[in-house]
Amino acid sequence: MPQDDPDHDPDDDVGAHRDHDAPLSEVELRVRTLESLLVDKGLVDRDALDAIIDTYETRVGPRNGARIVARAWVDPNFRRRLLADGTAAAAEHGYEDRQTEKLVVLENTPQVHNLVVCTLCSCYPWAVLGLPPIWYKSAPYRSRAVIDPRGVLDELGAGVPDDREVRVWDSTAEIRYMVLPERPAGTEAMSEAELADLVTRDSMIGVAVVQAPEGAG
Amino acid sequence: MNGLHDVGGMQGLGPIVIEPDEPPFHHGWERRAFAITLAAGYLGEWNIDQSRAMRERLPATEYFATSYYELWLYGLERLLDARGLVLDEERAARGQDPTVSVARVDRVHALAARDVERVLGTARASRTDDDVEPRHRVGDRVLTRTINPVGHTRLPRYTRGKRGQVTVDHGVWTFADSMGNDLGPDPQHVYCVRFEARELWGDEARPRDAVYVDLWDDHLEPA
Repeated sequence: MPQDDPDHDPDDDVGAHRDHDAPLSEVELRVRTLESLLVDKGLVDRDALDAIIDTYETRVGPRNGARIVARAWVDPNFRRRLLADGTAAAAEHGYEDRQTEKLVVLENTPQVHNLVVCTLCSCYPWAVLGLPPIWYKSAPYRSRAVIDPRGVLDELGAGVPDDREVRVWDSTAEIRYMVLPERPAGTEAMSEAELADLVTRDSMIGVAVVQAPEGAG
Repeated sequence: MNGLHDVGGMQGLGPIVIEPDEPPFHHGWERRAFAITLAAGYLGEWNIDQSRAMRERLPATEYFATSYYELWLYGLERLLDARGLVLDEERAARGQDPTVSVARVDRVHALAARDVERVLGTARASRTDDDVEPRHRVGDRVLTRTINPVGHTRLPRYTRGKRGQVTVDHGVWTFADSMGNDLGPDPQHVYCVRFEARELWGDEARPRDAVYVDLWDDHLEPA
């Protein structure tokens, strides 16, 4: 990693390679001060911090959920297990996380569209989707998802027909929700791995539909 | 607390902006704030509900101007001070002079790097084996309590005093409203309750749309 490019230094607020001409912001100073005190007091270990960051930047993310979705699309037995006990089905893939004590998977169908939110904070199924995106944690989404889900879906380009029921799931306890999106038409010849590449994070939250690749079908 | 964290049903908070290909973190300090919060959580000095409760105490006038990981930082600073682990005075002194020394804390042990993979892959144990009778059954009609506690609650404002139907019994869990207010586990059943959109929002809502909310026995009465 180029040391003369602070934009690409992953630890630019604490590392030695930071551009020394730019003053630290107030929040950068607060974090640096607190981390240094925690380390000096023996309350955190810097190597553990690096391992935590690496876990959520490189290992735990929405590709986990996408693999589960693709498996459910091609394997009816797995789909049944996933919908009956999401926690166990995710664990079959090795996807378990401190944030995801009980995972419930919600199947989108031509009759029902599911949408996941946390109106009180930012609860999210880390084991299968990683850390939540900013919009999911933002007040505009958290406030509107429960009172105007159809408006939210229209705005985000995932409008739902009038005759389809919309179910919003507010993650108020320690149960975490993930949506099993509909498999797009025209993907019958695709492999499980190719299907997984089509599945987006937002489709597993319920604010997007999975699109077939151009020319499919 | 009827605070600004409890935003369900609020209006006028602006557009939802999705950033394409958003990275997990946008700034180096966010990585560090995230990691020290998780690592310090494994000291065992507080539970997740106390952590959420502390973040909810951010003054309302600052809430919408505070970014997500700044909110985490605020909560962590307050918890560490409250437990006597890192005092506000120590942060102020270190902020003025980075060379100020501090004594090690011996009563707790830092999460070791070799344990990170194991602990992050282990779910929190909020679910318990306590033998507690359910007060409601799947299919029951329930009425949520009308409460306005000044402390922590996981019963959102928009669901209070509303009628719904139990769809799932999730088993016995520690009660967040008790844990978050330093009152112990108080284990009880958690249910998924379906509320018709019209029950929550009135006749302009779609007749077949619904909101599902996970609630504890103490939030519910028979309807």
